[in-house]
Amino acid sequence: MKIVVCIKQVPGTTEVKINPETNTLIREGIPNEINVLDLYAIEEALRLKERLGESTVVALSMGPPQAAESLRQTIALGADEAILLSDRAFAGADTLATAYTLAEAIKKIGDVSLILCGKQAVDGDTAQVGPEVAENLGWPHLTYVRKINEIGGQEVIAERMTDDGYERLSLPLPALLTVIKEINEPRLPGIKGQMRAKKAEIPIWTAESLNADPDRIGQKGSPTWVKKIFYPESTVTAEIIAGSPSEQAACVVERLKGLGMA
Amino acid sequence: MSIALMREGLCLPIANMLERMITPMEYFLDEQQQMIKELAARIADERVAPVAAELDEKEEFPWELIRVLADADLCGVYIPEEYGGLGGGVFEQVLVVEELSRACSGVAASYAATGLGTFPILMFGNDEQKKRYLPEIASGKKLAAFGLTEANAGSDAAGIETTAVADGDSYMLNGTKQWITNGGEADIYTIIAMTDKKKGTRGATAFIVEKDTPGFGYGKKEKKMGIRSSATRELVFTDCRVPKTNVLGREGMGFIVAMKTLDRTRPGIGGQAIGIAQGALDAAVKFARERRQFGVPVISFQAVQHMLADMATQLEAARALVYATARMIDSGVKDFSKEAAMAKVFASDMAMRVTTDAVQVMGGHGYMREYPVEKMMRDAKITQIYEGTNQIQRNVIGGELIKEYAGKK
Repeated sequence: MKIVVCIKQVPGTTEVKINPETNTLIREGIPNEINVLDLYAIEEALRLKERLGESTVVALSMGPPQAAESLRQTIALGADEAILLSDRAFAGADTLATAYTLAEAIKKIGDVSLILCGKQAVDGDTAQVGPEVAENLGWPHLTYVRKINEIGGQEVIAERMTDDGYERLSLPLPALLTVIKEINEPRLPGIKGQMRAKKAEIPIWTAESLNADPDRIGQKGSPTWVKKIFYPESTVTAEIIAGSPSEQAACVVERLKGLGMA
Repeated sequence: MSIALMREGLCLPIANMLERMITPMEYFLDEQQQMIKELAARIADERVAPVAAELDEKEEFPWELIRVLADADLCGVYIPEEYGGLGGGVFEQVLVVEELSRACSGVAASYAATGLGTFPILMFGNDEQKKRYLPEIASGKKLAAFGLTEANAGSDAAGIETTAVADGDSYMLNGTKQWITNGGEADIYTIIAMTDKKKGTRGATAFIVEKDTPGFGYGKKEKKMGIRSSATRELVFTDCRVPKTNVLGREGMGFIVAMKTLDRTRPGIGGQAIGIAQGALDAAVKFARERRQFGVPVISFQAVQHMLADMATQLEAARALVYATARMIDSGVKDFSKEAAMAKVFASDMAMRVTTDAVQVMGGHGYMREYPVEKMMRDAKITQIYEGTNQIQRNVIGGELIKEYAGKK
């Protein structure tokens, strides 16, 4: 079985700065890492491979040339191959154009039975790319997957987390699943894997090699435009109430009474 | 990271390396050694440290962590590549032991004791023995142990009472080994027994004994002061039949096997000692920066600074000696008993002082189990005792000095 895992390289920091003129994230000088939820997708693919045998795990990512480093880490973890989609023409893509591009790459890889994605990326937070890839391919998909119960030649049975519990569903293969952190505990990259990753060749596929429709990739294929990104301005000033806990509580009660709330 | 994910308590399981200080001795590590050290450090910080206190409290063998080390390919760092290892040597083992000890010396002891049981096979095993046992140890599927000590044979290894009597194509083992690290948990045991008592130390032979061999059982499990997550147990042999093909080297070589093994593993105890001391220093500095007395952090007092300065200096000196000795051994020199003993004695005495001072710097907090340094102080003590007490190490060093100078005019 051929399993593709889609990963995204994201800034490895919680303090992202925004360039106020271009409305884009300042990425210079910030270390990049694999989107953390994608690590669970990689782990699940590796576990399926161990379970099923005779399987191949291919990691796929669209991004700038430095995203190859994140793909290299997937090889260190145990992925068999990694492919980078990188081209100036892909730049500025929103989720629609990204999903189209990834879907075209998956067609080119060929003979894929299962695609695994992280539930969402920690930078964009949209959770759209996984389902959109499935739609582009015309495949069924399941989001918020917490367990893959069974997988065979024809179908996959998986559990999907909901607000009230979970649903167990069966999907015909090929299919796409997006996973949540409850699904497993990702492994660490072993020394042998790291050595293999150092030597691994990561092919770069361009728009031309994908035969992609130029109107559906990059900024041109992206109906989403970021008008402005900004930090919310803080307009409220906080007041700190001093004293012992009981004095503080009494003070808060008085204030709330004053506001007619207690 | 988004607020939504932070709310879910999503940590970064393979996030960037924790910011780690680079010690002076790290600058000459080659690429694979650097990788080994960083991966071991990451496992220590992310997997071992969070459970160290619990493992200590419950005296629970860290099987789950052994599996993590196995998956990370760290179980075979000192085993040749042809047997599934990484092809390193004593130095690579020291690097792993050191990093693990920073977080929990009990876990490190379980890891290191496998090395103690494996080096006899590496050094004295024949091809068949190596092919049979080393791949399973390198992959981390099986642990090993080394059985020399007995009730009446510790520092005086010649006092061994366990016997092995030849009988057809096998030996019959009878006797009890005491305080065996990984006892009951390991699958592969190197056992030293007397095949000819009249010959004294020349009458000892080393055997590989597999778990579940009929007549091989376990006795008392010890309750210890420190390294409490490691298993220390009696091995009991009652008419235990071991095939002659399991003899390491030749009959009568047992004492040499034991001594050569200990020479090779003593830097590992040094690694354990510097790891424990590093953990204690880290905790003490962190605490001294945060703890305020008389309106200022206690680290601003020169009395505290000087203690920390001495701790750090002694630690670095010990690390230099341990690393240098490990590299000397790996370079292939023949005789290194003196240097191995020096590395062990210097590093373990240092660890005892540094952990004691770490408790002192942290005062009442240091004495409480809520903080990690009291455990480190308990753990440090064993490094002065096992694999040859520090008094025996000084005997070795003294004896070697006498030999060396006797040859000089």
